[in-house]
Amino acid sequence: MNNQYQLNKELAQMLKGGVIMDVTTPEQARIAQNAGACAVMALERIPADIRAAGGVSRMSDPAMIRSIQDAVTIPVMAKCRIGHFAEAQILEAIEIDYIDESEVLSPADDVYHVDKTKFRVPFVCGARDLGEALRRIAEGASMIRTKGEPGTGDIVQAVRHMRKMNSQIRHVVSLSEDELFEEAKNLEVPYELIKQVHETGRLPVVNFAAGGVATPADAALMMQLGAEGVFVGSGIFKSGDPEKRASAIVRAVSNYNDAKLIAELSSGLGEAMVGINEQEIAVLMAERGK
Amino acid sequence: MKIGVLAVQGDFAEHIAKIKSAGHTAFEIRQPKDIPVSIDGLILAGGESTAMKKLLHDLGLFDPMRELIISGLPVFGTCAGMILLAKRIEDEKENCFGTMDITVRRNAYGRQLGSFRCVDKFNGKNIEMPFIRAPYVTDTGSNTEILGIHEGRIISVRQDNQLAAAFHPELTGDDTVYDYFYSMIAGNSVR
Repeated sequence: MNNQYQLNKELAQMLKGGVIMDVTTPEQARIAQNAGACAVMALERIPADIRAAGGVSRMSDPAMIRSIQDAVTIPVMAKCRIGHFAEAQILEAIEIDYIDESEVLSPADDVYHVDKTKFRVPFVCGARDLGEALRRIAEGASMIRTKGEPGTGDIVQAVRHMRKMNSQIRHVVSLSEDELFEEAKNLEVPYELIKQVHETGRLPVVNFAAGGVATPADAALMMQLGAEGVFVGSGIFKSGDPEKRASAIVRAVSNYNDAKLIAELSSGLGEAMVGINEQEIAVLMAERGK
Repeated sequence: MKIGVLAVQGDFAEHIAKIKSAGHTAFEIRQPKDIPVSIDGLILAGGESTAMKKLLHDLGLFDPMRELIISGLPVFGTCAGMILLAKRIEDEKENCFGTMDITVRRNAYGRQLGSFRCVDKFNGKNIEMPFIRAPYVTDTGSNTEILGIHEGRIISVRQDNQLAAAFHPELTGDDTVYDYFYSMIAGNSVR
């Protein structure tokens, strides 16, 4: 395993137990950092607005990303379109800390993802199940997140993805050694990665929850389901009191088993983002890039 | 030995695994009620120091933990943990515990593309050192012992009951730094 890939997986380890927040301005980035975010995702429009605006959604203006890099000391992530390796090269050139090859933006390639092994900068990718997760890892992703359904404030898909991944991992652990070849074939993933999951009982990289997290309870739910940290997109800056909600979610993640504390944290937070049920939306972003 | 690990954010699980593999007892500290009456040492893990600092205050952990450190409890901070202990952080007005007489520079090697692994000396012994968006020490007080320098930068220091490293021994198979910390706890330091 090359040195940089190892370091990139280790940066994800440093983010564990933390909350990564979507921000669109340096001011929001500072609010996120002061609220205890362990990293920020710099983007021009948060998923809820991307969904509302429609049209093609692309990588953000590098100048805007730079202004956020200058505003905070925590790691800064940014999104490129699925398969758009030129956007990824630009993000690497401005020394982004993590690239999210994201289904939230319009896919640039409907067959291939970015060959992430060609990059020194780390990548996080979305996955709905174990097969997707291991395919992205084989392509060089050093961190995985559930896809959820971004911009909806509906947690159902993130829960579905996390439960499915966990149940598939348990299944792989239960197999006998000679059954692993067939399982690798079924999941369309490299045998070596299946073997690793079989031996360790977990993904080979850190796994966060993303998509639809809007409340401290949502964050606690995902942590109890086995997420190692949480991405919050539209949930914070689409709510009534972003600062208060952000720090409540951060605290909920740090003590996700303490229902009494989370009850307190959930009190008087003001309005949550409005939210859309998954049956009400036209574009299922999680279906992008398998 | 019973060693508590600050577990509000970061790679605390890796530290806990290390301590347990050496046959000691490790436990997570997420709230003041997690701090037992009898505790032999404290570890501040790697992660994001701004997030940890905010949580230390919000969760009521700051005062009890600072008192423990001041009262002489052996404490070991890695990377973000070093920043939490430092008295001075370059370009910033506020510190966190501020109990260790050092000045640190945050993200001193740059962003993630500046992260690296090397082999260099800790207390005279060559060990593997992963640096991840790491800080280094730019100044030390007269009471601070320098335990490691990499390419002219101070990367590990000790002051009385406090030990700090800019790198992550918890991410390697080597126990040298931990053994040093255990010996601080045992009170028969190897220096």
